[in-house]
Amino acid sequence: MQARPDRASTPLLAVEDLHVSYGGVPALYGLSFEVHAGEVVALVGANGAGKSTTLRAISGLIPPDSGSIRLDDRQLNRMPPHAIAALGIAHVPEGRRIFSRLSVLQNLLLGSYARTARSTEQQTLEEVLTLFPRLRERLHQPAGTLSGGEQQMLAIGRGLMLRPRLLMLDEPSLGLAPLIVEGIFDVVRTLSASGMTILLIEQNVQETLMLAHRAYVLQVGQIVATGAGVDLLQSDLVRRAYLGL
Amino acid sequence: MDATIVQAVLSGALIGMIYALIAAGLSLIFGLMEIVNFAHGEFLMLAMFSSFWMWELWRLDPLASLPITAALMFGVGVLTNRLLVMRVLNAPALAQIFATFGLGLFLRASAQYLWTADFRAIQDPFLSRVAGGRIALGRDVFIGVPQLVAAVIAAVAFALLGLLIRRTRLGLALQAVAEDRSTAALMGIPAGRMFDLGWGIAAACVGIAGAVLASFYYIYPSVGVTFALLAYIIVALGGFGSITGALIAGIMVGLVEIVAPLLLGIPPAYKYALVFTLYLLVVLVRPQGLFGRY
Repeated sequence: MQARPDRASTPLLAVEDLHVSYGGVPALYGLSFEVHAGEVVALVGANGAGKSTTLRAISGLIPPDSGSIRLDDRQLNRMPPHAIAALGIAHVPEGRRIFSRLSVLQNLLLGSYARTARSTEQQTLEEVLTLFPRLRERLHQPAGTLSGGEQQMLAIGRGLMLRPRLLMLDEPSLGLAPLIVEGIFDVVRTLSASGMTILLIEQNVQETLMLAHRAYVLQVGQIVATGAGVDLLQSDLVRRAYLGL
Repeated sequence: MDATIVQAVLSGALIGMIYALIAAGLSLIFGLMEIVNFAHGEFLMLAMFSSFWMWELWRLDPLASLPITAALMFGVGVLTNRLLVMRVLNAPALAQIFATFGLGLFLRASAQYLWTADFRAIQDPFLSRVAGGRIALGRDVFIGVPQLVAAVIAAVAFALLGLLIRRTRLGLALQAVAEDRSTAALMGIPAGRMFDLGWGIAAACVGIAGAVLASFYYIYPSVGVTFALLAYIIVALGGFGSITGALIAGIMVGLVEIVAPLLLGIPPAYKYALVFTLYLLVVLVRPQGLFGRY
């Protein structure tokens, strides 16, 4: 494991007082949090707490009502999602959302569509296939024919093809068998060890908090607790919220 | 085999190739955005008038002006997307139908107002003078040079379209947007620009079809109506969103239209009845069309 990131530096991602609503119904009320380079930060909370909404706002899929989202010192609000991706934020969406009619290789190559990722595409592809040997075996198969676990590997691999500065994973273990879930967590640990900055949303709170450097607990659109993952795991609030899941 | 049948098969396949190119544009737009372009026939009409006026004003042969017509139509497609389609992208299906249907009516009426309802033709285009305008393929079997060249150009355009979609990164991006536009955006693919491109390519396909038809077909404001109707049938027959389906179904329709009346001894005036019968038979068995996903 690399050294813990320097907390004094400016954060890679800074979200401040973020308000988001869906068709007039508020989903996030004044959310603030930071992710520093090299960190794994987890957002935990019950269903409907606003975790996915937060990621969707960061990647530009839903425009925020107010507040600010900054990558380094660049304001991301009002930027279209394709431009945000080009800045190096890879969002691996909930439900995997692979392109099922296209081949595994085509899916991966779409991950490096952004101009910034193209020059290193072959090298990145090799790295991704080393991380996920199963994908190499199925390279020319339609992605829709993969198993759930393989589809999740593809979704993560496709995100990595961007050579992201920030990798956002939304419920990567959702609907997968326990053994496969272990494999996914191993991948997250490997990526973290290699220095990747990760913003993670997970239902599997215990394992997530053990893995994350820091975590934020969300309840109905607000952050109610924050701290090191292992410390939060001991707190009453998380124990209650966690059991409440 | 009977020379008339051979002749009919050749003519049917040649015109079918042009139908296929027209239908491919329609299919491309549908596959990308699930929107049916009901102004597709009017795009064809505009392309034919573009060829006509370049001949009339500057004596540019339709073959020479083909790249200009294709480029103009590409622009018409992009403008249609920007000014009209993007505004109804998230609107109810009926609003989308009326938007493009209304555009079609507007273009047809405008053409009639500006250029009258007269039937026009390009007299003695270059292709009709090559080898006397037709090639003998044996006793009593002739093939028109304009029709032959039109089919060859349509086939080349079709092949280029296939290469673009299947073999280039841009085509891959188009396919990704067609399948899931918001996830494609997360890959850094701007859906809006892909929609522009899709409409541009679709209109350019119809532009090429119009330019080659202009060498041997009458040109008038409602010329697109029959072609568009056939194109809808071809897209439904081949399968919505399938470019290969459009090719096969286009040639099938061309063949049925010309060969079937001959074989069945039915007057050619009923040829469209036969085309529709084929269509109904296929969709009864395979409602999604031959190569369709929907």
